[in-house]
Amino acid sequence: MAEFIAYLIAGIATGAIYALAAIGFTLVWQTSQTINFAQGEFVMLPAVLVLLAIKLFGAPVWLGALIGIAAFILIFGVGFKLAVVDPMIRHGVLPLAIATMALSIIMKEGAKDGFSAEAQNFPSFVPTQTIEVFGAAISLQHLAIIACAFAVIGLLQWFVGGTRLGRQMQATAQNPTVARILGIPVERMVLLTFVINAALAVVASVLISPIYLAKFSNGEVIGLFAFIAAIVGGFNQVRGALVGGLLVGVVDSLAAAYVSSSYRLAVPLVLLVVIILLKPEGLMGRREERRV
Amino acid sequence: MSAPATDGRLASSPRLARLPGLGGAIDGTFLTLVIGAAILWFAPVGMGRYGTYVLSLWLVMSIAVMGLNLTLGYAGLKSLAQAAFMGLGAYTTALLTTKAGVSWYAAFALSGLLTFAVGIVLGFPALRVKAHYLAFVTLAFSTLIWLILRNEQWLTGGVFGISNINRPEFFGIKLFGALEFHRFVVAVTFILAVALWWLIRSPWGRAFTALRENPIRAASLGIDTRTYTLLAFAIGSAYAGFAGALYAPLVEFIDPSPFSLSQSFFLLLMVVAGGAGYLLGPFVGALLGVVLPEWLRFAGSLYLIIFAAIVMLLLIACPQGVSGLMERGWAKLTGKRGDAR
Repeated sequence: MAEFIAYLIAGIATGAIYALAAIGFTLVWQTSQTINFAQGEFVMLPAVLVLLAIKLFGAPVWLGALIGIAAFILIFGVGFKLAVVDPMIRHGVLPLAIATMALSIIMKEGAKDGFSAEAQNFPSFVPTQTIEVFGAAISLQHLAIIACAFAVIGLLQWFVGGTRLGRQMQATAQNPTVARILGIPVERMVLLTFVINAALAVVASVLISPIYLAKFSNGEVIGLFAFIAAIVGGFNQVRGALVGGLLVGVVDSLAAAYVSSSYRLAVPLVLLVVIILLKPEGLMGRREERRV
Repeated sequence: MSAPATDGRLASSPRLARLPGLGGAIDGTFLTLVIGAAILWFAPVGMGRYGTYVLSLWLVMSIAVMGLNLTLGYAGLKSLAQAAFMGLGAYTTALLTTKAGVSWYAAFALSGLLTFAVGIVLGFPALRVKAHYLAFVTLAFSTLIWLILRNEQWLTGGVFGISNINRPEFFGIKLFGALEFHRFVVAVTFILAVALWWLIRSPWGRAFTALRENPIRAASLGIDTRTYTLLAFAIGSAYAGFAGALYAPLVEFIDPSPFSLSQSFFLLLMVVAGGAGYLLGPFVGALLGVVLPEWLRFAGSLYLIIFAAIVMLLLIACPQGVSGLMERGWAKLTGKRGDAR
């Protein structure tokens, strides 16, 4: 039982990371029909940029973090939207999706060649201790991840539902034409979702990197699980991405413990296929109508 | 009175010139295949073992890219498992020929059949829902195959792979030498390319294109969209199986790394770079993706970044890829000639 609780907490913690990535993924999909195959690399890169800034400028950790994070949001929030999505979206969803695959290769190989092929330690802002709860050893880092991720997701929900700007963004996602008629600056709202996506990726990166270490190949698994989370939860729902992320994280953690550690990746994949077969619109999703 | 008449003649003469031109372009594809096969048959003389090997590898990858081109370029489906299908074909052939003693030809056919069947099994549930779900199902499949190849040591040899894969014979002629096997690869590639060329010109191919352009309209015209998309995907996957069946004896050693998910991404980029929806596009794409990095060895792993960046620029400037660029250039050239006349 104690063991089970420990695995559960670890699963929720990694699940929260997947949820952050999946929420950004669905936001960007909703407002601009961008299927971002580089989402995993988006979570990998901020930590690498922070370490790079510390190394290059010899800066203290807080300054390096500031530089790295600002650079990431500028390049992969604003720059991604303006330089990749805008010129390509007129060709359709498919070329853009393929362009994000190219981007993922560039980011991964760039991190490998420009930074390091080895995993690097990433500073943690929480002590790496464990505490005893009902006889289960629970890592403080996991608890901190859960707390931070949920705080950020709560903040996002409040922003989207409770502020004027957030509701404008929601309107843009639901129906850009009507939103434009109502005088909402649609382009700026779309840009805002890309910035939010980059910011969520930064949060996920800073939270997970002390545990996984900063490595160029980290994005592969995180990206894969973020997709699965987004689809399992419902491709067009932020709430769905949250549920999907947590579910995938817990399933992955329990599968690693109780099924087989070499096939842990396979269990969430099976979950994905089952969901596609039984409830293709996802657990929380609505059906999308078809347009001619 | 005379002005409209000359206008009419001016308008009709380019069209007249274009019609046979278009017919010529289609036959031109076939001619290019024949000439290309003839050149490649003799090309490696004096190129040495390694040069010959790179040429053969180019053709083998072209087969896989051709299949993906059918799936993506003609039917408009995203498959993220082309490298995994290639791995399935390569391991099937390697296991059957080394452990079960089956002849290569039977193994080749079985590899194609198996990948075709797996394509049907994967595509059926995914395409039932929505075309882009195929991307996610193939993503899952790709990872599963990679896990199995790496973990099931008793069967696949794990990370150590399978070595000593024999090259086939051709009616008693042993194809062990690099040149002999290269010619064999040229012949097989030629047959597969012509088969695809025929398929795309047939009513089937037209139906595939109709699906890509507007699936709902295609359905309203009475095309059984689900069957056709499924077939396009399964045939595309079978080409990957064929490519794998050639890859195993070409390299004579296989391990899981060339069949990973990122390799599938890479194959998709090759389709786009060469020109999705152009029959000869895959050869250009594989040239850029496979042969060029061998020549540009000094660039090392930077080449991947350069290649990906080129593909992104191509997607922005000309989503039809290099073939599209060439077609544009050709149209401009012939257009100019028309003006001069």
